[in-house]
Amino acid sequence: MEFFKNGKRIDDRFPNELRPIKFDVGVLERADGSCYVEHGGNKVIAAVYGPRAVHPRHLQEANRAIIRYRYNMASFSVEERKRPGPDRRSIEISKVSREAIDPVIIKEFFPRSTIDVFVEILQADAGTRSAGINAASVALADAGVPMRGLISSCAVGKVDDTVVLDLFKEEDNYGQADMPIAMDVRTGEVTLLQMDGHLTLEEFEQALELGKTGCATIAEMQREALIQKYQGEENE
Amino acid sequence: MNDVIAEIRKDYIYGLAKKSERADGRALDEYRPIQVEVGLIGKAEGSARVKIGNTQVLVGVKMQPGEPFADSPETGVIITNVELVPLASPSFEPGPPNENAIELARVVDRGVRESGAIDLSKLNLPDGKVWLIFIDVHVLDHDGNLIDASALGALAALINAKMPSERYGYGPDTTLPINEYPIAVTAVDLDGEIMLDPSLDEETIASSRLTVISGLKGTLAGMQKSGTGTLSIEEITRIVKLASSKAMQIRDDLFGGSTDG
Repeated sequence: MEFFKNGKRIDDRFPNELRPIKFDVGVLERADGSCYVEHGGNKVIAAVYGPRAVHPRHLQEANRAIIRYRYNMASFSVEERKRPGPDRRSIEISKVSREAIDPVIIKEFFPRSTIDVFVEILQADAGTRSAGINAASVALADAGVPMRGLISSCAVGKVDDTVVLDLFKEEDNYGQADMPIAMDVRTGEVTLLQMDGHLTLEEFEQALELGKTGCATIAEMQREALIQKYQGEENE
Repeated sequence: MNDVIAEIRKDYIYGLAKKSERADGRALDEYRPIQVEVGLIGKAEGSARVKIGNTQVLVGVKMQPGEPFADSPETGVIITNVELVPLASPSFEPGPPNENAIELARVVDRGVRESGAIDLSKLNLPDGKVWLIFIDVHVLDHDGNLIDASALGALAALINAKMPSERYGYGPDTTLPINEYPIAVTAVDLDGEIMLDPSLDEETIASSRLTVISGLKGTLAGMQKSGTGTLSIEEITRIVKLASSKAMQIRDDLFGGSTDG
């Protein structure tokens, strides 16, 4: 498979270029906070409920809120219909995504309560966990949940022995490595890191750097989207 | 794994970390003694018991002919499962695999798969079927660092395994085509001190850990950060380098000459 033509990728991007990304804040009526994200071919919506009472009650913590995160793929979001409901992949993604946003949430403010994050993947095109985390982070801010920072996420990968930013489906399927990362760009703290494939140590360091710049770009978009929404409300 | 640990012990371990020491006297990059025994389960096609200190896992490999995936008709199939059985820890409960068991299984699976440990293209059978390889990790005693023990157990059991060709009428039994020796090395960061092979206490009080799986030439095949803590880019880079060289050492010690081919 040919991944590059005249230095550009199949979808006409440079190796260090993100796909087009769009954030829409506060798109759901009933949720306390919500965000819709289009990231290349991905269409993802995140909703936040809470802080609210914990059910079942034995899950509650006396001194802090608990965070729950559900990553769920719509059956029609992929080429071949996905059987509805959680599978092993989505259980793992829910776990690491929850751990990705958990560190910036100030849980101590809400003892005995829960903050529930629901992420629905409406259309998938590689990088859904990252798109979900980006949406969730903005939805948390939209819900007014106190946070130390915003979490931004993107994937880095390797195709044709070249480290590239933000794989799309073909590159993900036929590429040599995939490494999603999430971080609080302001502090440089990495909250999610996964990798599979083949990377040399040099490629890994290069990938980490590239991922950092990708996250920084996304962080700016998230900030911008939130400002947009709340400036808009002021003017109404 | 939510083993309760007294605050006083937490302070003690952090206090030691400040002096670059550990509660069991190990050096920061030192593993507990690793023991691998293979072939204990005669009914399994391959098996291995791995002990890292008091942590103990038993891995069984079963194989049977079956249908390949539609998009890769000539390729063998690997299916990995981990059982965190209640006899292994007071914090494990019976029931279907929880997210910790699933994460553990998927990280072990990715290590075997992405490193190319088994040449799956050589697992097709004359009648259009392929070998299905079931890697089942049975955790027996959880005293920290289950990932490294499970990944090591999976590799040892696969090396030990024989394809049961005779039973299914495909000729004599043969060993699996092993191409890579992926080794998982897990690290925690306590107060800026990176510790390899975290004990249960260390693992419990560290808010996050990073597992790095690397192959013969030191190339990375898989990685997983787990836990609600954060790591800086510098910490990650340090851990990855350390893990990759430690993996070489473990591989040499355990598999020595057999990795040359």
